[in-house]
Amino acid sequence: MTAVSQTATPPRPASAGDAVPMVSIRGVGKSFGTNEVLRDIDLTVDRSEVVCLIGPSGSGKSTLLRCINFLEVYDRGEIRIEGKLVGYTDDAQRRRLSNRDLRDLRRNVGMVFQQFNLWPHMTALENVAEALVQVRGMDKAAASAHAGRMLDRVGLAAKADSYPARLSGGQQQRVAIARVIAMEPHLMLFDEPTSALDPELVGEVLQVMRDLAADGMTMVVVTHEMGFAANVADKVAFLDRGRIAAFGTPREVFHEATEPRVQQFLQTYHERNSF
Amino acid sequence: MKFSVIIDALPYLLGAAVTTIWVSLLGVLLGQVIGVAVCVARQSGGRAADIAGGVYVSFFRGVPLLIQLLLIYYMLPLIGIDVPPLVASIAALGLASGAYVSEIYRGALNAVPHGQSEAALALGFPGRSIWARILLPQAFRISVPALVNELILLLKASSLISVVGVAELTRTSQTISASNFRPLEIYLAAGLIYLAINGALALFGTLVERRLQQA
Repeated sequence: MTAVSQTATPPRPASAGDAVPMVSIRGVGKSFGTNEVLRDIDLTVDRSEVVCLIGPSGSGKSTLLRCINFLEVYDRGEIRIEGKLVGYTDDAQRRRLSNRDLRDLRRNVGMVFQQFNLWPHMTALENVAEALVQVRGMDKAAASAHAGRMLDRVGLAAKADSYPARLSGGQQQRVAIARVIAMEPHLMLFDEPTSALDPELVGEVLQVMRDLAADGMTMVVVTHEMGFAANVADKVAFLDRGRIAAFGTPREVFHEATEPRVQQFLQTYHERNSF
Repeated sequence: MKFSVIIDALPYLLGAAVTTIWVSLLGVLLGQVIGVAVCVARQSGGRAADIAGGVYVSFFRGVPLLIQLLLIYYMLPLIGIDVPPLVASIAALGLASGAYVSEIYRGALNAVPHGQSEAALALGFPGRSIWARILLPQAFRISVPALVNELILLLKASSLISVVGVAELTRTSQTISASNFRPLEIYLAAGLIYLAINGALALFGTLVERRLQQA
């Protein structure tokens, strides 16, 4: 593990597969028409590391995150998860992968969305159990039992039979996290997981994420929660206009970065959040 | 007005109404199957499927049901398929209804947020499961009012199958009034029976909607 953590995060246990990084991004670029949204991105995420992507809106951080599980198609460079090339055949032809191969990749990569994206016609328990049945092929009883344990883990065992419409935003997001961890992913992607929440509900979701990080989950988090990035992340990447403008430990990015864009962004952030 | 003729004819009219109901229900069921299949094929089956579906929809929405019915009834025997009037009627109702239903579902699918299928994709769902478990159940909920509307329209349109000799409510009313020379009473009774059936359907639709909203 290369991370030199200067944070409050407890030390993580080193595991055997550390030689191959969990995520390796090399020279990745993407354009929407003539608009270049990602340019020459390099980023490595080691096992059990938490990497936060921060930066102004439109800087490409969500797009980059969505390229990692190929919800967004990247045009140039390569993204590897545990050594496996994402989205394309790993040969000179570089053909797009079939949906079946993409499914194999996505089974090990969980994603949590800004808008939760719970299925409104299913209870909390059914939301968590559904993928276990449809993707893992578990029978319904086993899936429900496992789903119940996952809801317990995010503190929502009592809400198992509630429909999403009857849950607060924070509870919905915790169900969405339970839905992902039930699949035992190797890597979790968070796309602004607290941005749609009322301020008083942010804490409960961040706490669940802290617990996951402490358990050694590898996480890539797009966030505007600078406190979370400063305290939980091993590495922070600051994106600006499709490039990584600063990268390092939270201390390096938040306190020692000299790039004017980073300083300007942080200053704006501090001004907005002080009163 | 002589209401006793209505009383006398009522057993026949009610029997015919039963035919109207089950022919319509079979038509609606066929329409649902065709409608969902066409809708899914157009959305996920590539360009050829989309064009084929588009041609189907514009034909069956654009040609009057009466003409469709007569075409099916008279044309199929020409190519060696002998269809009884009942089968031709149900097929015509189902094919016409399928065209409308596929459009109802298309509209409803547009109302399901993109994130719904994206969450399933990110979890590794096969496309088939995304349709069966995530998209169609939600599209169905959204379309219940439109589907009840379609059911009522179809039940009324089923009066057209009287022209190929199916003894449903309208045809039976014609037959009775031709023999007792009391068309006003008989058609009034038939109209009230249609009204009662559709009232029940509307009530059923409201109950289904309320039930689904509780979830």
